[in-house]
Amino acid sequence: MGIQNNSAIPASQITRLHELVYELEISQVMTREVITVTPQTSMTEVREILQRHRISGIPVLEHGELVGIISIEDLIKALAGGEMDARVGEKMTPNPIVLSANEPLVLSVDYFNRYGFGRFPIVNEQGKMVGILTPSDVTQGLLKKLEVEYHEEEIRRYRASHIFEDVISDHTSIFLHYIIASRDFKQAGAASRNIKRTLTHLGIPRPIIRRAAIATYEAEINIIIHTDDFGGLITAEIRPDAIIIGALDLGPGIADVEQAKRRGFSTAPDWIREMGFGAGMGLTNIEKCADEMYLESPFGSRTTLRVTIYMDEHLPIGRREA
Amino acid sequence: MTNDQTGPLISEKGPVMKLETLARQLGLTVHAGRDALDREVTSGYAADLLSCAMAKARAGSVWVTLQGHSNIVAVASLTEAAGIIITEGVQPDDATINKAQEEGVPILTTELTTFTVVGRLYELGVPGVESLDE
Repeated sequence: MGIQNNSAIPASQITRLHELVYELEISQVMTREVITVTPQTSMTEVREILQRHRISGIPVLEHGELVGIISIEDLIKALAGGEMDARVGEKMTPNPIVLSANEPLVLSVDYFNRYGFGRFPIVNEQGKMVGILTPSDVTQGLLKKLEVEYHEEEIRRYRASHIFEDVISDHTSIFLHYIIASRDFKQAGAASRNIKRTLTHLGIPRPIIRRAAIATYEAEINIIIHTDDFGGLITAEIRPDAIIIGALDLGPGIADVEQAKRRGFSTAPDWIREMGFGAGMGLTNIEKCADEMYLESPFGSRTTLRVTIYMDEHLPIGRREA
Repeated sequence: MTNDQTGPLISEKGPVMKLETLARQLGLTVHAGRDALDREVTSGYAADLLSCAMAKARAGSVWVTLQGHSNIVAVASLTEAAGIIITEGVQPDDATINKAQEEGVPILTTELTTFTVVGRLYELGVPGVESLDE
């Protein structure tokens, strides 16, 4: 067995395989069609069955009840002792150790290690045999499950990145909305983080994601620092050809938009500057990330910022001149 | 190519060093993101203004700063920086450590000043972000 039921494995090293041995039930990997014999079967017949099916052990049933197990080792002993005419009932291991179908797979791994047997009959809640489990069933079951999960993950990724091709409409967009509270520095960056995550799921190129994340972060911080009690709203519209970031708030507005755009200009109070904000770089950074930027803010009124980033632009930030 | 982790590993592209190696070389204390210490540091950036770090730090950068509040985590995470080094004995608060742990952002601290840390990093072969534009 390649898998050891080793409880000393540190949590950080637990693999999906280790998790699966706990998640899967024996019934999910056991062989359901079991070849059986009765106590009256002769050892010669047992040899033929083992050879024909290339198996190494057979459960023994009497009137449908599991009474023993006869293995290749028992056959060898009978051969050596010249007792091939003997009946299974005399040579079998009676009252074999069984496992329940609804037990986790990890228990069987433990049993294989502890008893060194090559197979265990599997019984249901009524004690009736419903299958048989060998180490190779365990390995194959795990591999199959891993393959299925891998495939499902691939489909999920494929679906996310192809959503725009799958949805039929004249204009398809995904709209994300985030409510930003004023002066809530604890939550700062949450909107940009979530937008970044969504763009990553959608398979958007990384340089585009970076620009969208930086523009969103700066817009988010501006709302947190500068708005009145109401805070504001961050939106992201994701279209096949562009990402449009929006930032909207209800005031107080910007006295001089051109001045505000100037690198190094900020109206942030000292306590905010001490945190490293208010460097007067926010709008400069946004402008660098944007293919198009629209900023409207009548003083004493609401501020509207719209940043458009086209999907086919791959220039990294820092290379783009505002 | 093997790395005995006592010095920088020189590849064709230049020095490649894991954050863990830097931490050992500079005697840094790890506060968060222990699982991500095997990240490769490909450049360095130093500033205490978040918007500057946002604009200049790159994926794989180590960011040296005096700021210890939780907003540094968002900046490092969004820029995909390899990790943050907080200088002059500033201790990150619990909120910062928790957030960094959640986002898998390594936070390392030192009593050394920013100037000294940057100098040591440069000696070890960590280039400035400008080198990435060349």
